[in-house]
Amino acid sequence: MALVQANDLAMHFDVSAPWLNRVVERAPRLLLHAVDGVSFEIQKGKTLALVGESGCGKSTVARLLVGLYQPTRGSFRFDGTDAHATYNSSAGLQLRRRIQMIFQDPYASLNPRWIVEDIVGEPLTEHGLITDKTRLRTRVEELLLSVGLAAQDRIKYPHQFSGGQRQRISIARALATEPEFLVCDEPTSALDVSVQAQVLNIMKDLQRRLGLTYLFISHNLAVVRHVSDQVGVMYLGRLVELADKQDLFANPRHPYTRMLLDAIPKMHDTGRARTPVQGEVPNPLSPPSGCAFNPRCPHANDRCRTERPAMREVTGLRIACHAVEEGRI
Amino acid sequence: MAMAAEIKGTNSVAAPLLQVKDLVVEFPTRAGTLRALDKISFDIAPGEILGVVGESGAGKSLTGAAIIGLLEPPGRVAGGEIWLEGQRIDNLDHEAMRHIRGRRIGAIFQDPLTSLNPLYSIGRQLTETIRAHLPMSEKDARARAISLLQDTGIPAAQERIDHYPHQFSGGMRQRVVIALALAAEPKLIVADEPTTALDVSIQAQIIALLKTVCREHGAAVMLITHDMGVIAETCDRVAVMYAGRIAEIGPVHAVINHPAHPYSAGLMAAIPDITIDRENLHQIDGAMPRLNAIPVGCAFNPRCDKSMERCGRERPDLMPAGPTRAACWLHAAGQAN
Repeated sequence: MALVQANDLAMHFDVSAPWLNRVVERAPRLLLHAVDGVSFEIQKGKTLALVGESGCGKSTVARLLVGLYQPTRGSFRFDGTDAHATYNSSAGLQLRRRIQMIFQDPYASLNPRWIVEDIVGEPLTEHGLITDKTRLRTRVEELLLSVGLAAQDRIKYPHQFSGGQRQRISIARALATEPEFLVCDEPTSALDVSVQAQVLNIMKDLQRRLGLTYLFISHNLAVVRHVSDQVGVMYLGRLVELADKQDLFANPRHPYTRMLLDAIPKMHDTGRARTPVQGEVPNPLSPPSGCAFNPRCPHANDRCRTERPAMREVTGLRIACHAVEEGRI
Repeated sequence: MAMAAEIKGTNSVAAPLLQVKDLVVEFPTRAGTLRALDKISFDIAPGEILGVVGESGAGKSLTGAAIIGLLEPPGRVAGGEIWLEGQRIDNLDHEAMRHIRGRRIGAIFQDPLTSLNPLYSIGRQLTETIRAHLPMSEKDARARAISLLQDTGIPAAQERIDHYPHQFSGGMRQRVVIALALAAEPKLIVADEPTTALDVSIQAQIIALLKTVCREHGAAVMLITHDMGVIAETCDRVAVMYAGRIAEIGPVHAVINHPAHPYSAGLMAAIPDITIDRENLHQIDGAMPRLNAIPVGCAFNPRCDKSMERCGRERPDLMPAGPTRAACWLHAAGQAN
């Protein structure tokens, strides 16, 4: 059974005008469907990557899984039990120990007034795992060594480190409670490429050594190809394609996936002209009817404009597209 | 003299539009003077697109800022020369530089929202810029503004011209900024990370636009970015910067496929390639040195796996290395002739 199972997860935010305005101006209630029915599974020790452009809801999925949001609809089962029911019960702390998160910006996610020992050690004391001072110190040193930092770095402040080293501190902190599942929200997008390579290599090494399961969120498909086993492509709050990495990159089916892949400048064919796809992501407050991608899709027909495609299993992958289903592309 | 010959060598036909010679930018601090750009030299031919890549802190943006005369104090040009179309521009006063900026050098910055004034309609910002540099009536300037917006692919430019920046999406705003940069038909555009704040699908649109519009208007571009993919697709030549120096400069395909400097080679290998599966990415261990602790000799030598005794002692200048020029002692043999 899969370690992580998300079933029809949805998160709607109420972004209506204040009550008085609604009464006076007769403004309607406005709901932002940030995540609208997302389902996936992740097997133990594997990596699922979620990709998509800004505003597609990938970070909201991350926040749902770690319990920062309560889903509007649907469920998230971790190791067979309903995670959100557990988060709200007395066993919540125990579950939070097993699921940890790495954030995007290593400049914002570390407290500038704390030394590294306090930052990395906090989860250990918070969960009551280690209370003894000297044992805590040894454990922090171990953690720092495991992410390629030095034991002496323990007494430094975050400002004394570069961006890549700070991200290693975040990883050490996330690993402190020996979690099984790590939710990584754009962990390398604030880093330079050579440093990004260091951090990605460390994350892969740790996965092999500790059998970690990752949800890896990124907008960079090249990075995704490097780290993931499965890839889910999101557009306006929904998954449009979910496939094995090899499949997705060798044979992308959904027109949006194709567009994303084509939009990436390729390093080794210099000067090749591409035809960039026209249009932009529509306003999520008033998404187009039917398939949300239809205004930008070269294969859209009347059915795409009126009927929203459901996720369907097609030869081992899941895809939501009328054109693929009808065999038009 | 040797410098002049070198510049001729790389640009055989046309005289360079922009020449940067031994440019030094320094920041005086309490702890001593920091040298952020250390004797960099390059040139841009008319209509050419030169890419500048490097990691954060390598000095890419500073180079751009020095050329357009917008170095933030206390930073200052402490040495070297910048020549634009045969005129020296690094020693001009504030007022004279103001006439060059916009008219002869346009600028595009990373964040389109902060480069536009939120209180003025984009039409007003465009006509103001046009009339500041070109002798035109209000009516003609407006007509020109509309045609610029059409050139940059803004639909319904006639109506959109009276809208305010907040009414545009990120990609559309960057199109407006490009129109603004082109307003007075400058010969050179300095574009500092013009697509970094945008989504990938929009990035592709903006890069394609920048390339075609600048070609149509005959402007050369200095494209500063950390994205090698963008460079590969857009530029004619590329300069790789490291710790305030140019490590390698040459034709784009040569630098990408056969980098001559170990740093460029490491940088190319560290980029995850969408077309290839690799178990582990190549990594350059360590980090770029801080400005107050730049190593003696070649700045890259402590991280370089091909480092020799000479590298820790003597600083290499750019020297011919096949089709490119690299600042690396590995190519010292080629320097003799």
